[in-house]
Amino acid sequence: MDYVAKFLIAVVQLLIVLGASPVLVSLIRRLKARLQGRLGPPWFQPYYDLAKYFQKESVVSETASWIFNFTPYLQFVCMLLIALFVPFYTAMLPLDATGGIIVIMYFFLLSTFFLALSGLDTGSAFGGMGSSREMTIAALAEPTIILAVFSISLVANSTNISTIILRLGSDYGLLFNPTHLLAFAAFVIVTIAETGRLPVDNPTTHLELTMIHEAMILEYSGRHLALVEWSAWMKLFLFLSLLTNLFFPWGVATSLDLLSFVAGLVIFAVKLTLAAGAIAFMETILAKVRIFRVPELLAGSFAIALLAIISFYVL
Amino acid sequence: MFDATLVLIVLVAIHLAGAVAVYLTRQESLLTRQLNGIFGIAGGVMALILALIGLQRNLPGSGSTVLLSLEGVMPFAPLEFTLDRLSSFFLLLIAVVGIPVSLYSIDYMREYVSHPDQPGAHAYNLGLFGVAYQIFILSMILVVLASTTFTFLFLWELMALASYFLVVFEHRHRDTQEAGTLYLIMTHLGFVALFIGFMLLSGPALVGNTTLSFSELRISALALPSTQRDIVFLLMFIGFGSKAGMIPFHVWLPQAHPAAPSPVSALMSGVMIKLGIYGLLRITLDLLGGGPGWWGGLILVVGGASALYGILYALVDHNLKRLLAYSSVENAGIILLASGAALVFWSAGNTALATLALVGALYHILNHGVFKSLLFMGAGAVLQSTHTLDMESLGGLIKRMPWTALFFLVGSVSIAALPPFNGFVGEWIILQSLLLSLALPSQGAHIFLTLGLGALALTGGLVAAAFVKAFGISFLALPRSAQADQATEAPRLMRWAMGINAVLCLLLGLLATLLLPALQGISRAYLGPDQPTVGLAISGLEVRTGTDFGSLSPLLLGILLALLALIALWGLRLAGINELTRRSMTWACGRFTLSPRMEYTATAFANPLKRIFAFLYQPVRALTIETPGASPHFAQDISYRNPVRLWFEEYLYGPVARGIVWLARRASLVQHGSLHLYLTYILSILVILLVLTRG
Repeated sequence: MDYVAKFLIAVVQLLIVLGASPVLVSLIRRLKARLQGRLGPPWFQPYYDLAKYFQKESVVSETASWIFNFTPYLQFVCMLLIALFVPFYTAMLPLDATGGIIVIMYFFLLSTFFLALSGLDTGSAFGGMGSSREMTIAALAEPTIILAVFSISLVANSTNISTIILRLGSDYGLLFNPTHLLAFAAFVIVTIAETGRLPVDNPTTHLELTMIHEAMILEYSGRHLALVEWSAWMKLFLFLSLLTNLFFPWGVATSLDLLSFVAGLVIFAVKLTLAAGAIAFMETILAKVRIFRVPELLAGSFAIALLAIISFYVL
Repeated sequence: MFDATLVLIVLVAIHLAGAVAVYLTRQESLLTRQLNGIFGIAGGVMALILALIGLQRNLPGSGSTVLLSLEGVMPFAPLEFTLDRLSSFFLLLIAVVGIPVSLYSIDYMREYVSHPDQPGAHAYNLGLFGVAYQIFILSMILVVLASTTFTFLFLWELMALASYFLVVFEHRHRDTQEAGTLYLIMTHLGFVALFIGFMLLSGPALVGNTTLSFSELRISALALPSTQRDIVFLLMFIGFGSKAGMIPFHVWLPQAHPAAPSPVSALMSGVMIKLGIYGLLRITLDLLGGGPGWWGGLILVVGGASALYGILYALVDHNLKRLLAYSSVENAGIILLASGAALVFWSAGNTALATLALVGALYHILNHGVFKSLLFMGAGAVLQSTHTLDMESLGGLIKRMPWTALFFLVGSVSIAALPPFNGFVGEWIILQSLLLSLALPSQGAHIFLTLGLGALALTGGLVAAAFVKAFGISFLALPRSAQADQATEAPRLMRWAMGINAVLCLLLGLLATLLLPALQGISRAYLGPDQPTVGLAISGLEVRTGTDFGSLSPLLLGILLALLALIALWGLRLAGINELTRRSMTWACGRFTLSPRMEYTATAFANPLKRIFAFLYQPVRALTIETPGASPHFAQDISYRNPVRLWFEEYLYGPVARGIVWLARRASLVQHGSLHLYLTYILSILVILLVLTRG
């Protein structure tokens, strides 16, 4: 790969995650609305929201410290950095050797860590409640994610994502072994928990007793809120990309030609649409569970992920 | 360039001279503190030079030439010191932690000088502190250089005693005395195990030989029957494990660390508990030369259990220093887990993986030394400024102590193993080694490795939660007490010391590739060359594991992060976003003021996890509401306690301690204190003896 191609691929990765993540959110919202017999918001509503937030001044609490102002930027940059390592339409990622799947997960944790601190920073009880709940869920979801991605790493014999996709893509038989299927089940559950979707968290609620993520970011406004919201959308986008491409690596371009790129993009769009449909469907038929039922869900997924690893060498 | 022996002599001279000089000054003067700090730093610099000599010369793993042999200092055996790879690494750790801590202690110890307005309130003897401090550091340095059984045990005991005197420095508090006594008991139980272990290890060589150098032990260890080697291993595991703070011998740690003055907590947690790991590595890797797979398996399982137990109790403890102490139990657990894995791989003949795991363990030892001493120094700064460590009375310190807060945050992020700081690189290597091992054909140890991996993964998330609590509750939002409200920034030298460690956290994270080859060299010196494949390869800025298994380039990650930050900021400005900021009050549910009582507390923060892990904590909920009598709706006083169950204290040490007390009571029946009774004893013994010897 020459340097121009590498550079271009990296830039396109960033543009995709920045540009397409609001569309994905819009898609989920509209699909959900249709399933519930509503029309749903306009397609470009997330963009309008971002534009509105960015034009307003930020109101920052007198209690808050620099952490509160710093977090939105850090989170935003973390998501951009992760986007360089997550394959969307091509596995030929230029920076793949810089860090693998462990780096991705720990950068997600870094952004969660600072967001939880910001929740505490304003001194509001809601923020603290949100932080406490978010860290509880993160503390339980993190090990499951790690174990789930590890079992994929074991199947593919690598922790670098491009290599994983190249190896899984070249031998579809690997996709149907029990390890892979168990890891998939575990990963689906933690994706829901980590991205704050139903039945773990409700992204549309503002009822103080039920919210988790929204409680943490309650004090954000203006450009800070825009960055936090955008980052949350990017996180959803990145998690769904990981989920679809790691477990269904069909169609991800493995060579450097334009045709496979175009095909890769189309197939990627189809995969994400299906994932969005699944989320919309699930959020239509499921209600949010009590906060203390969530650990049972996560403990279950942890057990599944552990089984996935055990099944790798037992079977 | 430098002669290692000369450096060692200068080092010993510096610390001894320091001890004398500090004692001779006026005990409360600035000079006492300055001399103590300067001699500590000078000794640390010498240790650093010695470590660099050792790491540079590519010494063999064992059996290198004797640096110094002191005849006649002790009546019956010479003291002998040798520098090899493992000692060099631990010298590096002592120096890297010792230098900033000594600097820190200069300003910190003024806490103990009596104030003109309240004479004698805080006054303690700083001269004696200096003596114990210098001897403590010196004994730690010499312990890792000791190369005979006698030298090692002598210095090990000296280290324990010096640290005991440092722990009970604030001897006027009853808690401190009790913590010190517990520490003294635990360290001596460990010492007994070590003593018996070394005697058994010597085997027939013990007879008529008072020197018992390590090189003789290496030979005699080979000839020992395997059962005896197993017993030696178990005794050493208990002895060194209790120093390292592994469960169930960790009980002294959460008591002693908060009781000791902060520089001492930093040294104990940053360095001394690692010397337990040093001893374990010295025995298993070097003196015994490896053993059956279950040795490593045992270390791995106990390490994993310590890691989980430690962090779960750190999570629900709201005393800042005790939280850090529990977190040390956790980190010692992680280090033990990785070392155990290395031994498992080694016994299976896979030196490539063993090297990888051992490099991970060694790197984590160094990293933990740096960030844990940083965190203890930060907690000390908070203590000095607010006179409390209870997180429920802290808060808002980030505005009052901005530098301390920043450095504590760096420590918290590093200990949570978040990139781009140092904790992450160590964790990455350990995870890689465990993962790579699972990809190999099953060797029966897979289930333990999987459990280790699960424990490590679980620990990772909980550490993040514990340190969001530690930093978020103590430093952010509004102060919860008047002391916290009136807190002021730490003095200059303390800030410098913390700053050095914070920068080290970042540098050890970004420039890991510069240090890892040295650690790899150390590991290979004991484990042998990599086979069957390569475990760890370092090329330029990149670390690679296995054959195309994983790769990481920490510096590039850091650069990317900075670059993307610049691009993002520039892009947002270019897009013309509104950059105005208005300061206003946090929404207080319609009230006019936001009071600290409306904030989330540490107890509330940890409560969801406390409920989830209730099967372990078994919290007792005690709520008492006092009402004046007229109406149950007007509460006068509400007290709420929610203590957790300390399993080992309650079910292991409690019954043992009660048993000893019971025995002592029985024994006291004959010890009546009455002179007549004792005279009767003497007479009756005399009669009995006469009767017995009659014929």
